[in-house]
Amino acid sequence: MTSSQPALRVSGLAKSFTVHAQGGLSLPVLRGVALAVSPGECLALVGPSGAGKSTLLRSLYGNYRADSGSIRVRQDDVWTELVGAEPRTVLDVRHRTMGFVSQFLRVIPRVSAVDVVAEPLRRRGTDPAEARQRAEFLLAMLGIPARLWTLPPATFSGGEQQRVNIARSLIVDYPILLLDEPTASLDAANRDGVVELICQRRDAGAAIVGIFHDTEVRDAVATRVHEVLPPALLAGVSP
Amino acid sequence: MSTPLLSARDVSKRFGGRVACRDVSFDLWPGEVLGIVGESGSGKTTLLNCLAGRLLPDGGSVTYETRSAGSVDVHRLSEARRRLLARTEWGFVNQDAREGLRMGVSAGANIGERLMAVGARHYGEIRGQAADWMGRVEIDVERLDDRPTTYSGGMRQRLQIARNLVSNPRLVFMDEPTGGLDVSVQARILDLLRGLVEGLHLSVVLVTHDLGVARLLTHRLMVMQGGTVVEQGLTDQVLDDPQHPYTQMLVASILPV
Repeated sequence: MTSSQPALRVSGLAKSFTVHAQGGLSLPVLRGVALAVSPGECLALVGPSGAGKSTLLRSLYGNYRADSGSIRVRQDDVWTELVGAEPRTVLDVRHRTMGFVSQFLRVIPRVSAVDVVAEPLRRRGTDPAEARQRAEFLLAMLGIPARLWTLPPATFSGGEQQRVNIARSLIVDYPILLLDEPTASLDAANRDGVVELICQRRDAGAAIVGIFHDTEVRDAVATRVHEVLPPALLAGVSP
Repeated sequence: MSTPLLSARDVSKRFGGRVACRDVSFDLWPGEVLGIVGESGSGKTTLLNCLAGRLLPDGGSVTYETRSAGSVDVHRLSEARRRLLARTEWGFVNQDAREGLRMGVSAGANIGERLMAVGARHYGEIRGQAADWMGRVEIDVERLDDRPTTYSGGMRQRLQIARNLVSNPRLVFMDEPTGGLDVSVQARILDLLRGLVEGLHLSVVLVTHDLGVARLLTHRLMVMQGGTVVEQGLTDQVLDDPQHPYTQMLVASILPV
């Protein structure tokens, strides 16, 4: 991997929400966002609550549609533009290059925790038994008791669900990782396990962008911070 | 993989003076699951029937890339060739399993009939494959010789899925495959469909009014209102960041659990 080249490059990114039920009320959230992240870096998004950190992260993943600007990821040694991209382009980037850890697990009825975790690896063609083994390894590392592995996570506690979610997103070695509060509902011991995993990924060359409210966690994983300005302060930012 | 499997261009259909769907265009790529969502009467099922060659559109075209004979205009094929295509390369899962099954013959015959339609002749092999598929859709193989009239709604739906998938189709059309079933039965079928679609690398066009079903099963969504597509995109984009007033209203109407 060439570490001098950024893995992710964002420029002039703008995002607003239009609420039609409120007479077409327009809420600008992001304007003129520019950042670049290289392999081995972990960029922490900081800013007050409501500044748009989660909106930025979701826009990077293509979950929210940017109004304008550019989000480019390095894939197969070429830049792929995500703003305005075809769905299958975004899906391909998510499949091979960019992983996302959301705050909450979207559970699938009847599917066991170990299968939920193994799925992204299986989908990439890994042998099911091997994918399962790797899933069990990650679940153990994140402190999920083995008796829970074969149960669907719908009945798990919030912290357990979050760790299942983390395991699912980290089972593939994505070159780019987006983390939205990965330790939000975890106790100290489990938090340390997650921090260790993130640091491992970073040191192995992943380019990471994350939101970490816990300053101890942020200090442990982040190599740089990026300040996200609240919408009220955007007036002075040129689009 | 650089050719779409199915391409719709400006597909329109009216019934008398009423527009059922208007100027619908999209490409479906191999392995993609496309959801068509919208309220009752939005034209979803009419569009699906036009795509699957069951209804002749008034305007526009539907092109399908066949396994070996290149691309064909679905509505310009002879009736016989279109039926052959529907039997060999496509599947169609109806909301009401009774419409997709032959209720007067056994479950095994329902599955076996599809295999015979694509040329299977060896009784033992047909029965073996039917039994195998009963297992894959989680129906007790002991029920192979029973008629679907003796099955529950959920079992009938799973049997219909087996009948459609046994002949190894590339493209499956589904019209509300979990509509009208109990929630627990629904979850089982959704889980089953998810696994089969992924494992068999199927392309699917799925009509549903249930956004939860769309979230679980589809990669992409088209939102229809009054016969036109008002919004389309990645499923999670459309559901988490809806742009059109109608989509925002639909998403806001989901009951939280």
